[in-house]
Amino acid sequence: MASVAASGRPLLPPLVTRLLVIAAGVALWEGAARLGWINAFTAPAPSAIWSGFGKILSEGVLGYSMVVTFVTAFGAAACGSVVGIAIGYFLHIWKPAGAAYTAWVAAAASAPLVLLYPLFLVIIGRNMWTTLVMGAIGCIPPIALKTKEGLDGVRPVLLNVGRAFNLTSKQQFWMIMFPAALPSIFTGIRIGLLFAILNVIGIEFLISVGGLGQLIATLGDRFDYPQMYAGIFFVILVSVAFFWIIERLEQWLLSST
Amino acid sequence: MANDAQGTTPVLRLQNVAKTFFTPHGDVRAVEPLSLDIRQGEFISVIGPSGCGKSTLMNIVGGLIEDYEGSVEVDGVQVRGCHKEIGMVFQEESTFPWRTAIDNVAFPLEAAGMGREERVAKARELLHLVGLDGFENRFPSELSGGMRQRIAIARTLAFRPRILLMDEPFAALDEQTRLLLGDKVVQIQQELNQTTMLITHNIAEAVQLSDRVLIMTFRPGRIKRVVEIDLPRPRSSKMMGGERFGHYVAAIWDDLREEASKGLQELERLRS
Ligand SMILES: Nc1ncnc2c1ncn2[C@@H]1O[C@H](COP(=O)(O)OP(=O)(O)OP(=O)(O)O)[C@@H](O)[C@H]1O
Ligand SMILES: [Mg+2]
Repeated sequence: MASVAASGRPLLPPLVTRLLVIAAGVALWEGAARLGWINAFTAPAPSAIWSGFGKILSEGVLGYSMVVTFVTAFGAAACGSVVGIAIGYFLHIWKPAGAAYTAWVAAAASAPLVLLYPLFLVIIGRNMWTTLVMGAIGCIPPIALKTKEGLDGVRPVLLNVGRAFNLTSKQQFWMIMFPAALPSIFTGIRIGLLFAILNVIGIEFLISVGGLGQLIATLGDRFDYPQMYAGIFFVILVSVAFFWIIERLEQWLLSST
Repeated sequence: MANDAQGTTPVLRLQNVAKTFFTPHGDVRAVEPLSLDIRQGEFISVIGPSGCGKSTLMNIVGGLIEDYEGSVEVDGVQVRGCHKEIGMVFQEESTFPWRTAIDNVAFPLEAAGMGREERVAKARELLHLVGLDGFENRFPSELSGGMRQRIAIARTLAFRPRILLMDEPFAALDEQTRLLLGDKVVQIQQELNQTTMLITHNIAEAVQLSDRVLIMTFRPGRIKRVVEIDLPRPRSSKMMGGERFGHYVAAIWDDLREEASKGLQELERLRS
């Protein structure tokens, strides 16, 4: 495991640089707000946001909202993954469908599917399930695409090995095709999770149901901008941490299969 | 025919086997009608210039290509598709990158439902056989091309096929490993009385290992000549320096030179 130590060492300087750049940006902003160069009401100084952060923390809603948002996003991504992988598999095995619909799925992946929310508001109602379904819908296209891509890309000789060993078609899938396509499927799930979180927070914001999105909307409605910005930065920070964890999880899963 | 005394029905019988690939750039006749009987326990090498249809022939016999002309019989029964007693080692890199060396070798045993402990023990033995002790838990990406090829060979041997087809399995190996591994493969082949078809580019290797060497013509592949190698086994390194060995090598090279130069000429024609 010398390679980990070797690749871990050069990480430090870039990290320091990154933190320094952020610190410089924050200092600049603070100065600009205090000197009145920017409107301190709509763009409050970082120190004000920091105290706003203290306030929402003490109100006790932040932790709860975060849990609601991420549980919903995770649930949405889990449902979306099952459906997405199934669609990707279908597009892979049924060549005419693959040829006909892959471009559509790609288009859907880049379309703002959030805008479908009024439809589900009508069908499901103004509750958590709408948020969940919208999150799931957002992550299906990238997962389906990446699944198909991964399955299409399995090297023919590996499939021939399976055939030469007389594998059943079920074994051929689970012992060769699926693990061979797994790195690509993981990439799809990571992108899908990103889309799910975007959709979930977006929908929470739009229909004011649960989670961080609703919290930010409420604070904005109260014209409590320091607290609103605190909420937004919190979401960004948590998302960054979240994706870092997902990446680690992916590496760990890939090296242990 | 099936009632004949054991040993007279060939294990493998190819009758007028031929293959044309239909491609958008035109048809490629890869194998011309070819007939051949291989006896139980026989070690046969196929040698011929690049592109003459050797891999195509192996894929037909192994059942991976199913739309060909002619017929292939195993123990007197016509087959199409993969046969459970035929094992194959491929020319291309074919290890599973997500499995460690030992799990690669244990793959066919796992597919057959063998328990973890038993299959790991068997796989360990085979890794030892191909000289990869201590590399059990490495992934293919951490190993050299020759080591990966040895894993692929061990994986196919784990399956204990009665008929073994190998497509240039030693091509990525250095001369010394090639000789040692060749010896080991023959040793297993003799123990299991395995029928083996080896595709190779290496004349000395073909003579060292085989009972018969099949020389193929340049594309489309036909049998140019079949050479019986009448040397006693086990074949020692001393024998390989001997006169008779050299004689076989020279004779095969004579036949092959003509075909190889045809291949070169075509290459030059394509280039100009
Ligand atoms: N799937 C395919 N589609 C079209 N043509 C093919 C296909 N496979 C092989 N060929 C053609 O058939 C001919 C024989 O190919 P083959 O791979 O059997 O040669 P080979 O004797 O194994 O060569 P080498 O020694 O280089 O491995 C070649 O001209 C090749 O271009
Ligand atoms: Mg070949």
